[in-house]
Amino acid sequence: MDLNFIQVILVVIVAFLAGMEGILDEFHFHQPVIACTLIGLVTGHLIPCLILGGTLQMIALGWANIGAAVAPDAALASVASAIILVLGGQGTAGVSSAIAIAIPLAVAGLLLTIICRTIATAFVHFMDAAAKEGSFKKVEFWHITAICMQGVRIAIPAALILAVGAGPVKGLLASMPLWLTSGLAIGGGMVVAVGYAMVINMMATKEVWPFFAIGFVLATVTQITLIGLGGIGVALALIYLALSKQGGSGNGGGTNTGDPLGDIIDNY
Amino acid sequence: MAQVKLSKKDRVSVWWRSTFLQGSWNYERMQNGGWAYTMIPAIKKLYKTKEDRAAALKRHLEFFNTHPYVASPIIGVTLALEEERANGAPVDDIAIQGVKVGMMGPLAGIGDPAFWFTVKPILGALAASLAMTGNILGPILYFVAWNIIRMAFMWSTQEFGYKAGSKITDDLSGGVLQDITKGASILGMFILGALVNRWVSVKFTPIVSTVKLDKGAYIDWNNLPAGAQGVKEALQQQASGLALDAHKVTTLQNNLDSLIPGLAALGLTLLCMWLLKKKVSPIVIILGLFVVGIVLHLINLM
Repeated sequence: MDLNFIQVILVVIVAFLAGMEGILDEFHFHQPVIACTLIGLVTGHLIPCLILGGTLQMIALGWANIGAAVAPDAALASVASAIILVLGGQGTAGVSSAIAIAIPLAVAGLLLTIICRTIATAFVHFMDAAAKEGSFKKVEFWHITAICMQGVRIAIPAALILAVGAGPVKGLLASMPLWLTSGLAIGGGMVVAVGYAMVINMMATKEVWPFFAIGFVLATVTQITLIGLGGIGVALALIYLALSKQGGSGNGGGTNTGDPLGDIIDNY
Repeated sequence: MAQVKLSKKDRVSVWWRSTFLQGSWNYERMQNGGWAYTMIPAIKKLYKTKEDRAAALKRHLEFFNTHPYVASPIIGVTLALEEERANGAPVDDIAIQGVKVGMMGPLAGIGDPAFWFTVKPILGALAASLAMTGNILGPILYFVAWNIIRMAFMWSTQEFGYKAGSKITDDLSGGVLQDITKGASILGMFILGALVNRWVSVKFTPIVSTVKLDKGAYIDWNNLPAGAQGVKEALQQQASGLALDAHKVTTLQNNLDSLIPGLAALGLTLLCMWLLKKKVSPIVIILGLFVVGIVLHLINLM
């Protein structure tokens, strides 16, 4: 379907916010569940976009900017795939092909953000010059310019897709055969594992693996909701911390090293 | 000379600006531009001459990078140090830079597991599971909860850092932060175990066996009364344990599920972990899984 002028403006504003957040990582407008929903809200396709956002969010759970490493770009993936979903006009049925489009977009966004972060290097040199003059205004100006550049990074691709219009997008989606879309849906069910694997690799130690096993087994009891599981998890963490402290204070006074056996050997 | 103090208003202004810490993130000095931007209200208040201001700006444009939320306690400590310096204490540039660099590493080590790998996956999975069923509460819940947690954390730790001054560096080696890190990773691993089981979907379709059932073990559709009576009869028969079909079909998936549901998902996750450890790019794995999905679907395995 085609969007009217106000809707186009609103979509571009949402894209701008998502782009800003892609670097700031504070309000989380770039998270799929928020970004897709907002696009759905301003275009009047709330439910399909909401479902798309939820599905993408599952895939993107483990995507994070760690240190200088840059994560796949959730902002461009969510904004662009949501716009394509809206333009395609297939409603909820179009979600799985929109997901498949989102993944290459996340890579493209990754490249764009690396370019922006490189350009920002020039901006901080302008800030250095401004600092020499003691000019607060100029330092602030260049910082805000850098933020806007990150917003424009998503707003321009979004505007381009809108400019191409519903026709070509629809044609592209309609030309996808059934085996491809259902195959992609199956792949979409599996790619979630990659995000989890990234997170587990960061956190796993010998000490915490048993908790993974408990979580995995308890999840097979389908009556326990995710909130319920969260409650059990918090309780387990508190119990473990309390118990490991008791062990330490029992034989070492204040010297809790988190290694009760080591304490015993040391004190012997 | 009268003592210059940072008012609560100044600190709130710094706190708000710290939201934009990563705005000019760059490959040379990373968060330095955002850091200087954040410190400006304090510098304005503490230093009045152009030379002092220029020196302060230069000092705060040095390299800085940490998790964006745990930067707050560092900002707090730096505010305290700058305040002492402005009041004549011998705090030199090296001391300030030393505190920043000394704190950013260990704190990033707490912020990443606590926020990116515990709070975000848990809130995200909760919101996503609601959103996937078309429930608008999903995104609202995520947005509100995330921002309340974030803003409260940033304000309270900035104030804590400001009040504790340079003493905070000693607290870092204390047990509290270690407990938080360990607690976060226990909760995180527990939830991840659950998520892998619930949300990674790997379903195999091949039929392992087809067994013809005895007469009387399935609903005999041809001998049901007509109309609504028949529907009622069929439902009753099914409730009493009769099968819908004359043949009992067992797929590979049924066999796997009788071991424990989600076994294939677990295997897939472990495979991904192994590939990531072998330095295979996550994007390659994601695209590869799409290809695998299409191929396995075409050969009727999934």
